[in-house]
Amino acid sequence: MRRLAVALLTLLWLLPVAGLAVTSFRDREAAAETGWWRAPLPETRVTVFHPDPATGRHEAGAWVIEGTAPDTGEVRAFGLSSRAPAAFAVGTTARGRDGLALTVAADGAFRLTVPVLFDQAPRFFLATRAPARFTTANYARLIRAEGFGPAILASFALAVPATVLPLFLAAFAAHALVWIEFPGRALLVAGLVGLMALPLQPALVPLLRAQELLGIGRSFPGIWLAHTGFGLPLAIWVLRSFMRRLPREIVDCARLDGVSEARIFARITLPLCLPGLAGFAVFQFLWIWNDLFIASVFLGGAEIRVLPVWLREIMDSHGGEWEMLAAAAMLSMMVPLAVFLALHRVLLRGLPSGAAR
Amino acid sequence: MAHPLSALLAILLCLGACLGWLMLSGRVLDRLMPERAVLIRPWLFLAPAGLIVAFCLVWPLLNTVWLALHGPNGVGFVGFGNFRLLAGDARFPEAFRTTLLWLAVVPAAATGLGLAAAGLTDRLRGGGLVRPLIFLPMATGFVGAAVIWRLVYDYRGGGGLDEIGLLNALWTAAGGSARPWLTQAPLNTWALMAVLVWSQTGFAMVILAAALRTIPAETVEAAQLDGAGPLRIVLRIQAPQIGGAIALVWSALTLMVLKLFDLVQAMTNGQWGTQVLAGLMFDWMFGAQDSGRASAVALVLLVLAVPLLVLALHGVRREARQ
Repeated sequence: MRRLAVALLTLLWLLPVAGLAVTSFRDREAAAETGWWRAPLPETRVTVFHPDPATGRHEAGAWVIEGTAPDTGEVRAFGLSSRAPAAFAVGTTARGRDGLALTVAADGAFRLTVPVLFDQAPRFFLATRAPARFTTANYARLIRAEGFGPAILASFALAVPATVLPLFLAAFAAHALVWIEFPGRALLVAGLVGLMALPLQPALVPLLRAQELLGIGRSFPGIWLAHTGFGLPLAIWVLRSFMRRLPREIVDCARLDGVSEARIFARITLPLCLPGLAGFAVFQFLWIWNDLFIASVFLGGAEIRVLPVWLREIMDSHGGEWEMLAAAAMLSMMVPLAVFLALHRVLLRGLPSGAAR
Repeated sequence: MAHPLSALLAILLCLGACLGWLMLSGRVLDRLMPERAVLIRPWLFLAPAGLIVAFCLVWPLLNTVWLALHGPNGVGFVGFGNFRLLAGDARFPEAFRTTLLWLAVVPAAATGLGLAAAGLTDRLRGGGLVRPLIFLPMATGFVGAAVIWRLVYDYRGGGGLDEIGLLNALWTAAGGSARPWLTQAPLNTWALMAVLVWSQTGFAMVILAAALRTIPAETVEAAQLDGAGPLRIVLRIQAPQIGGAIALVWSALTLMVLKLFDLVQAMTNGQWGTQVLAGLMFDWMFGAQDSGRASAVALVLLVLAVPLLVLALHGVRREARQ
């Protein structure tokens, strides 16, 4: 009973992602015509075929065209009109108006008989069954022609400093908040919590204006600074919670030995905090990598496109082309997914340790 | 190649500057006024983070209040004129109501589902495999989630075409007729909320699962001996013991909903009655170029966050007393 519920929940969570992954490998017709869940099945397709009148020969008072339709898979049925394109089974003879007769074999070989042959021979329809086709062409096109390369480089250039800098600065601050007693500390912690509990949108507009005055508006340094500022309160809080559970005696002993505070930080605090830092780093990296809002504000109008912005533009320019949208989404998820799959242990352990207290 | 290189350079420069600052300022302090050093030293550590937070958060938040009382581009004092404009514009009440609906539904649903997922996978063989899968949407991000779910909600308009969206395929298979899930209000807001619940349940589950671990196993075993079912155990025995963690998840999700922008922007672009306050703020700031009205919306968001602030400060006071 419990296993069933868990299995159902997992299925519900994975099915939408599976749909995206499958769609990204289909070609345009397949993606537009059938649901992705039917992708692995052989598909039936209707094609129209125009026999070449030049190959017709006169035989017993009528014109005969013989030949083989181009290879589109096993022919299941054929027909004479678009309304009933699969009206006749292979091997049988279809008789149409004006003494027309048509026979089609499973391998596409046909024999068409008409009393009069004009410039254009009568067309007919083939219902063929072809094995499912999967393609990587969508990916190739996005990487080659749609600007994926610059976007992923920009994303790295944004996310790596914006992850490292707040963590490092937060470690400084947390060191002081946990291991040094000073007047005003409690007030500072309260202010910190207050900042965490506020939505950051109100800060965006004035900060952007200030950055433009300083000449770093809509540029990498500007958005690094913004992400650092917005990430710092939570980072300080998480590291503070982590440090509070470290043994205090080490620091006290080092102080008694006359080690300078800067050295204590570099030699003791930083190494001991590495597990907490790593967990939060993964979280912060994923968050920044996937952020569209701050990137739209602080890089808006600049020529720099990070992946979420790039994907958003693809969504507009390739509206109904699901195979392209799916491939673009898969590409932009590639790095976070790899980071997550490789480091989910670090993340899932680090996140609650900081937050649960 | 210029971007990655400058990024690396920036990291090294900042780290170097910070370490250098600590070493040097510490030494100067000891030399110049050794008797005051104890008082001043913590502020040396706090200064880099403090300055950046002051510049990026504290000052802008205060500035928002000023901007909200002025006209476009901060020119000309208009008092509460911007708020009167908000009340007069049909889009604001609509976005306000939609945001309230999100606030009422999503944190509750994601916390509940997260608790269920945490309880169901707790001490279950294979549970360690399931949890990362439920957490996975965190990694796909909101724009990625938008593509995923637009495919699920896809609508071909009936007309003989095969429905390629999973939901419409299931819906028609069950005997219904295909519907445009994303363009019909008020259904579309619920469809969007389902996406946020899908993406945030993993977060709730992880935090709550860690909290469940801290509960003594005897309480659960005693309930099992008494013949309580799994759902009853989660709701009656475990949930009351992890009240703090539940409150934390709830407020984190509430904050997430207040910030919500990416998802709505990428799913419906705020059309068909799905606009939320953050999206409206963005539109007025960068579409209409009116920092006054945008800041007024921002202030409304701030006011909505006040209960969270009170709750958080309450938590700090309790911690300080311990």
